[in-house]
Amino acid sequence: MQQQPQLFKDASQHALADATLRTNFRGAMDFLRNKRERVLDDAEFSSLSAQCEAIKQRCLSQLPALLEQLETRCQANGIQVHWAETPAQANEIIAAIADGCNATSAVKGKSMVTEEIGLNDYLGARGVECLESDMGEFIVQMAHEPPSHIIMPAIHKSAAQIARLFHEQLEGVDYTEDVDTLIGIGRSVLRGKFRHAHVGISGVNFAVAETGTLCLVENEGNGRMCTTVPPVHIAVTGIEKVVQWLQDVPPLLSLLTRSATGQPITTYFNMISGPRRPGEKDGPEQVHLVLLDNGRSNAFADEQLRKTLQCIRCGACMNHCPVYTRIGGHAYGTTYPGPIGKIISPHLLGLDATRDLPTASSLCGACEEVCPVRIPIPQLLQRLRAEYRSDEEGVMSGAGGGRSILEAGVWAGWAWACEHPGVYRLLTWIAGRMRSLVPWLPSAWKNGRTMPVPAARSFHHRYQQRKSRP
Amino acid sequence: MHDSVKVYPAKPSRVYLYVTCLVDSFSPDTGFDAIALLEREGVAVDVVQGQTCCGQPAYNSGYRAEARKVAEAQMALFPEPWPIVILSGSCGGMMRKHYAELMPENVDVPAFSQRVYEFSEFLLHVLNVRLQDQGEATEITLHTSCAGRREMGIHEAGLALLAQLSRVTPIAHDYQSECCGFGGTFAVKHADISRAMAEDKTLHIAATGVQEFVSTDWGCMLNLNTTFEYQKASLRGRHLASFLAERTGLKRSSD
Ligand code: SF4
Repeated sequence: MQQQPQLFKDASQHALADATLRTNFRGAMDFLRNKRERVLDDAEFSSLSAQCEAIKQRCLSQLPALLEQLETRCQANGIQVHWAETPAQANEIIAAIADGCNATSAVKGKSMVTEEIGLNDYLGARGVECLESDMGEFIVQMAHEPPSHIIMPAIHKSAAQIARLFHEQLEGVDYTEDVDTLIGIGRSVLRGKFRHAHVGISGVNFAVAETGTLCLVENEGNGRMCTTVPPVHIAVTGIEKVVQWLQDVPPLLSLLTRSATGQPITTYFNMISGPRRPGEKDGPEQVHLVLLDNGRSNAFADEQLRKTLQCIRCGACMNHCPVYTRIGGHAYGTTYPGPIGKIISPHLLGLDATRDLPTASSLCGACEEVCPVRIPIPQLLQRLRAEYRSDEEGVMSGAGGGRSILEAGVWAGWAWACEHPGVYRLLTWIAGRMRSLVPWLPSAWKNGRTMPVPAARSFHHRYQQRKSRP
Repeated sequence: MHDSVKVYPAKPSRVYLYVTCLVDSFSPDTGFDAIALLEREGVAVDVVQGQTCCGQPAYNSGYRAEARKVAEAQMALFPEPWPIVILSGSCGGMMRKHYAELMPENVDVPAFSQRVYEFSEFLLHVLNVRLQDQGEATEITLHTSCAGRREMGIHEAGLALLAQLSRVTPIAHDYQSECCGFGGTFAVKHADISRAMAEDKTLHIAATGVQEFVSTDWGCMLNLNTTFEYQKASLRGRHLASFLAERTGLKRSSD
């Protein structure tokens, strides 16, 4: 899928004008928020999130060593480990594995990392059909759209829109808005594909270094089908998903499911520790693990930005974000939308391409409040804003790119006025005099708001007069 | 996130009042009402003339060097160890939380930041005010700013003050904790998204049926009042200080 965060402004305007989309999102987000609230009380959340933050920080602090350990343990378990620095390398590795078993079809469990690298298109162009098996992903794939939420890919669609899609895209399917019937139809299509696919592809939620275990959280069983039925299983993950010990997993899992969908636990939790062993009745003959960097080591290198990598991809920040809730996931033009997308995408795509994302936040802090691993998202957004406008060398590609001479001059002038109260008072005095004349706000503001009018005499002006009175 | 436990000092005899740039320009009355409320509690109020802006606009726009210069200039204006009472959760958040991020090497920052109190928090927790309601029965809804709520953790203070007024019924509005869409430069850079947020907020406030709302942040209020005005609705918000001063029969300490 083409990523186009450069078009954020246009795309968000477009989304705002779409009343159906806004209603769909408001309803869906309310539903998810309420479910989360029912299973998480403040006290438990606060102690558990402190624990989860500590786990992720400990693991990240020794990331290189843990990745090596993961590789060794996985190999000992018979899992083949591959390293990819870029999306292109990851695609090549996966395509080579597929070629190795003469694959022409693959089934995929939900995986955002494979969205990040554009795997479906890449494999498709090489004659390997890649079918999404998660129901939400299946729907957006049929609609030729990227997911608009990392947990609920088709959350932007209403039942009626999905019904139409099934009716138009699948042969012999009558129009029905009955959700159970639609899911039944989807299942039967997928069952056939599972049976014949040569390769199963999945993501990873936690990769345990201690034991070389790949953990996969899901609800529909499609993940288990993808990782057990086809003869070859390829798991793809970002390098930040590694945890040190098996005992790190339960607290993270417990907050992940509750933050994401309000479920105390999901229907399936898969722990994959290698290919089929002699005497075992099922399981793939080969298991591969592809570890993707794609800008993550860049975030890792800076202690503050490293916090971005704590993310366990629960999506709670999106569900609570007033911006995401109004414009939906597609407007961002990135694989990861919403608050987490605003802080991770600049690492993956560069600050130039993502210039509008860090500023598209009122810094209200709702994301940080609900984040199960306590990522200080507003603080990181401010860091990215500074990074983009800094005149010093920054750590990210595109650093300093947004520093225009004009804007920098305006802020320098502003700082000078604020340091010189006399100048500042003069300016506010002038603003007070010319109060109905200053057309200093953009037309978009004035489109739904009136011009704020300064008082005729400022507080300080009046205060001075009061003091000078006998 | 805000500090989980804040220890409040004993009642001082003198405070600095930080009026904020928005109150200065857009609502001078708020400043005088705040002074009247503080003085009634027997606290002398010092308004330092050199105060301009806390530096937040530049900080949030990514211009840290400029923000630092302004922040340092402001810090120098408050040499006495008195509390600094500030008429905005968002400027309070800047001084209490972000100055440390902005100037990690400045050893004076922690002591300075500890002296910063948002106005309603100060009335409630430091002065322990007991308000006597003298107005007619009325209903009101409170809009808490995001910075007040999540950076300062003082969103309960406004409600607690309103609860002291015997004939005022505070009404909660839907999505109470959601942002009004202001966010300083956000409202200008992404005006359309911001406007959508402001419109929803005005809807939720209006749905309570109140005639007026209060807030302790003038940023949010500018955003919401201009939205109401555009809609030709009569509903308006004013600063909690003005509402409390009026309800408790205070005449403005003049101008
Ligand atoms: S940033 Fe936090 S809330 Fe958002 S997806 Fe990641 S873990 Fe969840």
